[in-house]
Amino acid sequence: MNTPIFQSARLLAATLAVCLAPTLFAPQAVQAATEGPVKLQSLRGAEIDASDPEGEGTRYGRDQPVLPRDFVQQPPLIPHAIRGYTITKNFNKCLDCHSWSRAKETGATKISVTHFKTREGEELSSVSPRRYFCVQCHVPQSDAKPLVGNTFKPGSGLR
Amino acid sequence: MDNTSKRGLIGRLRGAGWGLVALVFLGGILFWGGFNTAMEWTNREEFCISCHEMKDNVYQEYRNTIHASNRSGVRATCPDCHVPKEWGHKMLRKLQASNEVLHKILGSIDTPEKFNAKRLELAKHEWERMKKTDSRECRNCHNYESFDYAEQGRRSSRMHQTGLNEGKTCIDCHKGIAHQLPVVEQAIGADKGGATPEEFHPSQPKGAEGSAAAH
Repeated sequence: MNTPIFQSARLLAATLAVCLAPTLFAPQAVQAATEGPVKLQSLRGAEIDASDPEGEGTRYGRDQPVLPRDFVQQPPLIPHAIRGYTITKNFNKCLDCHSWSRAKETGATKISVTHFKTREGEELSSVSPRRYFCVQCHVPQSDAKPLVGNTFKPGSGLR
Repeated sequence: MDNTSKRGLIGRLRGAGWGLVALVFLGGILFWGGFNTAMEWTNREEFCISCHEMKDNVYQEYRNTIHASNRSGVRATCPDCHVPKEWGHKMLRKLQASNEVLHKILGSIDTPEKFNAKRLELAKHEWERMKKTDSRECRNCHNYESFDYAEQGRRSSRMHQTGLNEGKTCIDCHKGIAHQLPVVEQAIGADKGGATPEEFHPSQPKGAEGSAAAH
């Protein structure tokens, strides 16, 4: 549905980048020759190629009820700690409670049926292996201080 | 009657000499103390590693878990979970485990590949042993009668109360807490030939009939 728009937007961006590249980078190259390289740093103040400074360690809170969603199609957040919950080739700890066969006994939220599809949209009888790595999309929460300001508001239908 | 037999015993002891009695008594203490010290000496992490095939596989996996490293530094080392505390059970387990020394010499599982090929079978042995003893070694430290459900998380509080009422034992749910799990079938992708759902979450716990009837 949205693909044509995205494609055209991407095309536009690419064209712009190609056109503007000489005008944008040429003066910088001259500057670099005289003033040395531009100093880049990460949001936490470290060099971009260095590790971030060690903080006090992320502390994940205790179990909470289901957390609200902030935007349409947001993968639901994990409202509990997941320390030691490994996802290996042999075993997926998340599936041990969230799979359909286990959810009733454990009281966990069942995996959405949207996960029972192949990349081509073909329906499967069980969770698609491409959805195996849960924490690629679903993440636990900590009350970390935001690094930058943010004025984002949830969509009107989700407030 | 009682009095005379006692006197007889004392008399006989006097005949043998109090010194000999004391010597045997002291010898007994020394022998028993020595035996137990030696037995305890074999119950150390380093000793386990020296004769059981574990240094490069299960021991490494254990080092990242809560039983090896945690906030307060209270640890459960190999024997705390794998060797019973009671004397009789302990001797039996030690004898059985000598078989593993043989396999250390034979090199049956001396590479990660060989070990992983056997992981399911070895894990099942431990699950079975724990199940048979109602997770006795867990309960040396974790006494569920002292659980404070208000202090437990939302999920653990619920699961512990339901599970224990159904007569379940620790190992029924807590598998792979100190070492990595073998292949487990989880209805995703192709069949991997791992532990079946029935093996991984036994539905008929030992003694369930009795406990279930009581509730």
